[in-house]
Amino acid sequence: MNTKKQRSLPLIVGCTLVGFIVLMALLSIFWTPYSVGDMSGSRLGPLSSHHWLGTDKLGRDLLSRVMIGARIAITVGFGAVFIGAVLGVTLGLIAGFAQRWVDESFSAMFDILIAFPTLLLAMLIVAARGASLTSAIVAIGIGISAIVARLTRLLVKRVLAKDFITASRASGTSWARIIFIHVLPNIWTTLIVTFALQFGFAGLTEASLSYLGLGAPPPNASWGSLLQEAQATVLISPVAAIAPGLLLVCLVIGMNLIADGLRDIADPTLRRSR
Amino acid sequence: MKIVDVQDLTVQTSEASKVVNGISFSIEPGERLGLIGESGSGKSMTALAVMGLLPAELKASGNLLLGNGKDAPMQVIGASEKSLNEIRGSVASIVFQEPLTALDPLMKIGRQLSEPLRRWQGLKGDALQEAIISALAEVRIRKPERIAGSYPYEISGGERQRAAIAMALACEPSLLIADEPTTALDVTVQAEILDLLDAVVAERGMSLLFISHDLAVVSRITDHVLVMKDGSVVESGSLRNILHSPNHPYTRDLVSSAKELDDALDIAKKSGGN
Amino acid sequence: MLKYLTRRIIVLLISLFAASSSLFILLRLLPGDPANALLTVGATPQQVAAARHTVGSDLPLFEQYFHWLRDLSTFHFGTSLIGNVPVGPEINSRLSVTVPLTLISFFVTITIAVPLGFIAAYKGKTWYGTILNSISQLGIAIPVFWVGVILILIFALRFMIFPAGGFPPTGWNDPGQAVRALVLPVSTITLVMSASLTRYVRSATLDVLNSDYLRTSRSLGSSFMQAMWRHGIRNAASPVISILGMELATTFIGAVVVESVFALPGLGSLLVQAIGQRDYPIIQGILFVSTMAVLVIGFLVDLAQRLIDPRMSKSLAGQNA
Repeated sequence: MNTKKQRSLPLIVGCTLVGFIVLMALLSIFWTPYSVGDMSGSRLGPLSSHHWLGTDKLGRDLLSRVMIGARIAITVGFGAVFIGAVLGVTLGLIAGFAQRWVDESFSAMFDILIAFPTLLLAMLIVAARGASLTSAIVAIGIGISAIVARLTRLLVKRVLAKDFITASRASGTSWARIIFIHVLPNIWTTLIVTFALQFGFAGLTEASLSYLGLGAPPPNASWGSLLQEAQATVLISPVAAIAPGLLLVCLVIGMNLIADGLRDIADPTLRRSR
Repeated sequence: MKIVDVQDLTVQTSEASKVVNGISFSIEPGERLGLIGESGSGKSMTALAVMGLLPAELKASGNLLLGNGKDAPMQVIGASEKSLNEIRGSVASIVFQEPLTALDPLMKIGRQLSEPLRRWQGLKGDALQEAIISALAEVRIRKPERIAGSYPYEISGGERQRAAIAMALACEPSLLIADEPTTALDVTVQAEILDLLDAVVAERGMSLLFISHDLAVVSRITDHVLVMKDGSVVESGSLRNILHSPNHPYTRDLVSSAKELDDALDIAKKSGGN
Repeated sequence: MLKYLTRRIIVLLISLFAASSSLFILLRLLPGDPANALLTVGATPQQVAAARHTVGSDLPLFEQYFHWLRDLSTFHFGTSLIGNVPVGPEINSRLSVTVPLTLISFFVTITIAVPLGFIAAYKGKTWYGTILNSISQLGIAIPVFWVGVILILIFALRFMIFPAGGFPPTGWNDPGQAVRALVLPVSTITLVMSASLTRYVRSATLDVLNSDYLRTSRSLGSSFMQAMWRHGIRNAASPVISILGMELATTFIGAVVVESVFALPGLGSLLVQAIGQRDYPIIQGILFVSTMAVLVIGFLVDLAQRLIDPRMSKSLAGQNA
């Protein structure tokens, strides 16, 4: 039927885009056309059959660097979302069960953290701990956790207000069982949609950090770094600047589409043409 | 001349499924017609079609003549927005089911009421302010000054609906359409609103098109009844005939289930006495 | 109203106090003594003591706190650890770049996004409406620095209409050049921010278009435009205003990044530099100024919202859910 096909389209396109990048990332673990330190190519060389995306200003194969960049992007995405999920869901659960002023304090804390731009937070943590991939992942993870926590709290409160929870408690079920058997199963689908969205934004934030020189130290092959390096010579070698950015865009759009697709499957009533 | 003359009205969705399927009816000046059916019977769509207020996705076809009983009636279906603006309100106005959403949440009641008063009675300044207060008093609102200066969320459901009725009456229409006006209200308030509608319709000599799923409610305020199911009219006739000798099986079900609830509303006594 | 105003101002002052104290605590919690930035490896104990004295980290914490509060209230931000220049004036001169950049971008974004969002909602079923919708979906995925580099590629390097970066050394004394220098940066930020704001406006407009009160107004004889003007605008504005505060913050972050793209001597590029050099006084100063700005803006946005929407919905609009 018409609607059914329409619904899975975002998911399909999204998975294709993201899948392509994930494949690139996975592949880069085992093999890249040239090794990372290989500076044998001509400086800022054109696209050729040896170097599909040309070379950078030090003679390194761009395709290889881009592939490693994919690996970094995916790692950051998973790492940050993982931290954000674990931290956020835990805090959100606690806040969801909390009452009155404890709950309000949590709520205020989440709101403040959400209002604080994640990039700024990451920059501060880098100022404290020095620039590294871990700093970035941790910082972005904290930023994500605030959003996840607020959402979780909202969802938990909504579930707890339902009658079947009262019934469950009345029949003596422990809170732990209630959490795992009733609360979590009801909220995880909405949470997954948020995770998918945050994955993309984690990648964007890390790229911004690397672009500013505050990401992992050289030879950092994050797409952000690649773009920063390519900027000075962008007229000579535009591909070096366009490619990393384009891939980043594909990753984010891909994850957004996946999120849309998941949202449609999980809760079709939410589909108010976003 | 008739106020409303509907012939073969059909309302279709974009996928050609029929929400209203070729119904016909008419309303004379001063007549009160009830439209009964469950959700999905097409009764609300019929009301909207009479006002030319169908949502954009629905298309009406057939003949729908609307007039004030003195001048030549207008063909509503296919009419231009401009001509519809002239009859909406002045010839027929409508009271909706949920006053909380039907009223602008960010505007005080008095100001919302001034809109039709200014447009249809040409009032300004002090005369307008007095008219607002007396309009609210006419719908039996206690402390009309306080209500006029309040926002919809600050007053009770009953007061909101009275305000909505006042707005509909301010246009001085020949026909008042009431689409489930009491369904969203408390039972005690329901009776008051019905009495109010009864009184104002009688005082102003208006026609009434009253829509509901509740036969008991309809029977208190109308003389003739149309029973709708799945977009078609399955039975029509005077209230007494419908109640005493329903023909269609659906009508019979409606009547018998209404009679089971008749303690509070005393249908039998009313229909026997008339 | 007056009561509300005084209450909010008191809250604002308390927030400022709380924020500066938190900043103090935060920075003291960071590992490493701020004095370390002044030292090289293998410093003698005397040098260490001297450095700590300069920075003030040899004082007991309470004294440091008092000095902190006193300094902040007189806008003394201390001295930069690198280059030994006072922080205050440095921040001041940088503001003259960042503030216009942020504000101009913000207002241009609003000017573009509001009509586009409205069209995307009202004419959603048309071909241009759908395209608009898709573009705005795309826009939120694009990194701002990438847009900057692309714009540089096209307009600065290829067609040489605008400078590829930099700001006239005389600052705004040369307004023509200053504006020229800001065109591409402003465009960069605007392109990216418009995408997200358009989506918000579209969403708010859709809510209004599908609303019952619009229908009521039309049932009383208003034309669609009259009803939109009388009821629609205010109701659509309310949710949009509530996220304007956040959008301004995001615009500022965009400015921070864009300043690095276009080598503009603004607050953002100073911050990036200071972080790279662990220059704490500057970082502190910038953070304090930004926090103050955020709190004041939040206060103003709150006020604007209250004027429009008396229901005082105080949530930060639900995003990302």
